[in-house]
Amino acid sequence: MGGDAVNVVNEVVAWLTDPAQWSGPDGIPVRTLQHLWYSLLATAIAGAIALPIGVYIGHTGRGALVAVNLTNLGRAIPSLGIIILAFTLVGFGLVPVLVALVALAVPPIVTNSYAGVRSVDRDVRDAAEGMGMQGRQVLWQVELPMATPLIMAGVRTSAVQVVATATLAAFVGLGGLGRYLIDGLAQRDLPQVVGGAILVAVLSLLTELALGRVQALVVPRGLAGQGADAAVRAKVEKAA
Amino acid sequence: MTDGPAPVLAAELVRWSWIGDHLDDIRGDLVQHVELTGLALLFGLLLAFPLALAAVQWPRAYGPILGFTGILFTIPSLALFILLIPFTGLQIQTALIGLTIYTLLILVRNTVEGLRGVDPDVREAAQAMGYTRGRQLFQVELPLALPVIIAGVRIATVTTIGLVTVTALIGWGGLGRLFIEGFTLNFTTPIVVGIVLSALLAFAADLLLVGLQHRLTPWARSGGG
Amino acid sequence: MRRIRLGGVAVAACLALLLAACGGGGDKALQGGSQENGGSTVTVGSTNFSEQLILAEMYAAVLKKAGVKVDTRLNLGSREVVFPALEKGDIDLLPEYNGSVLSFLDPKATQTTTEEVNTALSPLLDAKALVALDASPAEDKDGWAVTKETADKYGLAKISDLKGKAHELVVGGPPELKTRPAGLPGLKKVYGIEDFKEFKALDAGGPLTTSALNKGDIDVGRVFTTQGAITDNGWVLLEEDKPLEPAQNIVPIGRKDAMTDQVKQALNAISSKITTEELTKLNQQVDIDKQDPEKVANDWLTQQGLL
Repeated sequence: MGGDAVNVVNEVVAWLTDPAQWSGPDGIPVRTLQHLWYSLLATAIAGAIALPIGVYIGHTGRGALVAVNLTNLGRAIPSLGIIILAFTLVGFGLVPVLVALVALAVPPIVTNSYAGVRSVDRDVRDAAEGMGMQGRQVLWQVELPMATPLIMAGVRTSAVQVVATATLAAFVGLGGLGRYLIDGLAQRDLPQVVGGAILVAVLSLLTELALGRVQALVVPRGLAGQGADAAVRAKVEKAA
Repeated sequence: MTDGPAPVLAAELVRWSWIGDHLDDIRGDLVQHVELTGLALLFGLLLAFPLALAAVQWPRAYGPILGFTGILFTIPSLALFILLIPFTGLQIQTALIGLTIYTLLILVRNTVEGLRGVDPDVREAAQAMGYTRGRQLFQVELPLALPVIIAGVRIATVTTIGLVTVTALIGWGGLGRLFIEGFTLNFTTPIVVGIVLSALLAFAADLLLVGLQHRLTPWARSGGG
Repeated sequence: MRRIRLGGVAVAACLALLLAACGGGGDKALQGGSQENGGSTVTVGSTNFSEQLILAEMYAAVLKKAGVKVDTRLNLGSREVVFPALEKGDIDLLPEYNGSVLSFLDPKATQTTTEEVNTALSPLLDAKALVALDASPAEDKDGWAVTKETADKYGLAKISDLKGKAHELVVGGPPELKTRPAGLPGLKKVYGIEDFKEFKALDAGGPLTTSALNKGDIDVGRVFTTQGAITDNGWVLLEEDKPLEPAQNIVPIGRKDAMTDQVKQALNAISSKITTEELTKLNQQVDIDKQDPEKVANDWLTQQGLL
């Protein structure tokens, strides 16, 4: 049994380092780009939907209960079920994949945008209004910039989940790194399955790290190290 | 009909008669779903607790433990299940091992955070009062860590309920079986039933756990859930 | 503190109840292999497809009638997942196709006639403590389908009509189509059909191939000849004018120790009576009318006097 395990490890390494694997339409670079494309598209669409919703709820306070609990309930969304339903209704193509991935990505962005806007100190908001700013101006010039850290955290969480789940695209006949899982299973090629899994895991981790850097860059100077920030984040993470 | 079955079915998202005819099957799937979730959580907790204790006791182990479980979490669940098949076949172990591994990260992280979150002053007071390490852990630290731990159980539960459906591809699946049935038959009814029921199940489980959290920790009502 | 202890006891009690429920769970709940019920239960398995479900229900029904203890574990997944379960003993019996099992166990196999396939299959099964019962005359062969529009546009009626036109066409099918002798390499070797414009890895006669073919994302699809989808969508099944595809007789494959004479007799009775036409009709009842495989199977068996 130990010998078997070593064997599999060797075969996986061989598969990953085989130059044939790194060229052509089935090669790792192409599949990775497809995978990233699906993920990017889905996260962008999710952001376009979720950000306005979360910010609106944070700014007006209406529907707060939904916003706070959405992330946790969103975890229960059976992505497999969504993609199968979308496929059965729409048929072969990119739409089912996007529907499932967007559904997955929306909740964390809603919750975090809400929390981000909500976390803006009462005093700061009062000061802004005292300076004569209208609601809209308060939103755009004060609340949103200060909400950026949490919003970015939400986008990051969503993006990583989407990258890890974009393997579903292969389930409905498209590309991406999930192909190695599906094809590996069909061809009974275990090293291919393991190789694919490793690639997805690595890509997820890289996404997490890369967006972490972006998050650090995007936080407006002067907000870094805000105590209130950390407290609210902790509260949101506990609830979420 | 040259356009294929799609237009016919779009007009009929749910065929209620099908549901009526298949109530027994659906109930069986629901029971299987609950049992798989419950067992995965049980084993997850049993494994996470000692790991969390180790991480708190030896802070240097926390990084590696968190890192290891974190990496496991990014492995696509389908791959993990497929990899287990040559060893455990289509027995329930295959599904359970995979499901339990995914609960581990969430539970370990929350348990450690919860235990670490206990005020050092409280800990010192307990020590000063002569509590042994064991009593201190179970009668002081654990109760105080409970809100965060249960928050972790909430997340793990809801996540697992979603993940159980993936095991439909390896002979289990709970409500996920309805997805596969709808997929191969090009029939939306079972799929919709599966999605709605798993969403309801997650919602109910979450409510139950929030209630449990409030009952077990009357002194710590974390506002907003 | 007391409340925690009570709460803890409550949680523990719930978990204990859960575990107890597992032990006495319903048929669908947590049944494992057949070992639990003391040796003589036959567990019938199947993959996800309607034809498999119908056949498995038939097997289960006649075995029950013959007084054999039966358990069904249907809809388990693809063959890659399900056949190993048979080898392992998680299930005892599968409705199968001799040609497909042969190429599953020997990916380089090139036999085509029923006799050749059965002969080649026997030792491979033997080595895994499995045995094939009588093969039925009914066959569900691998075929190639195009939409009516494509057939008209390119003048396609038989497979050899694809020659010279393949480079304009996108072909779709299961991932292994690219490498199997009866797949794309076979088209090249036997028919002289050159490389297609593109190959899309979809599924084996499943919803992906059906949808892609209907939507025009592929022009030629790998199908199974008894599929309800062919008539339902008005596809043209290209005539196999040269021998390439292996025989695909329906054959029950089971674990040697579970295939008693009683079991064999009951199952062989089905195999001798079912025909390709009947099977196609039954598939349509499930695929198109969405009738229950169990009902469809039982009705047919009753009609045939087997129940």
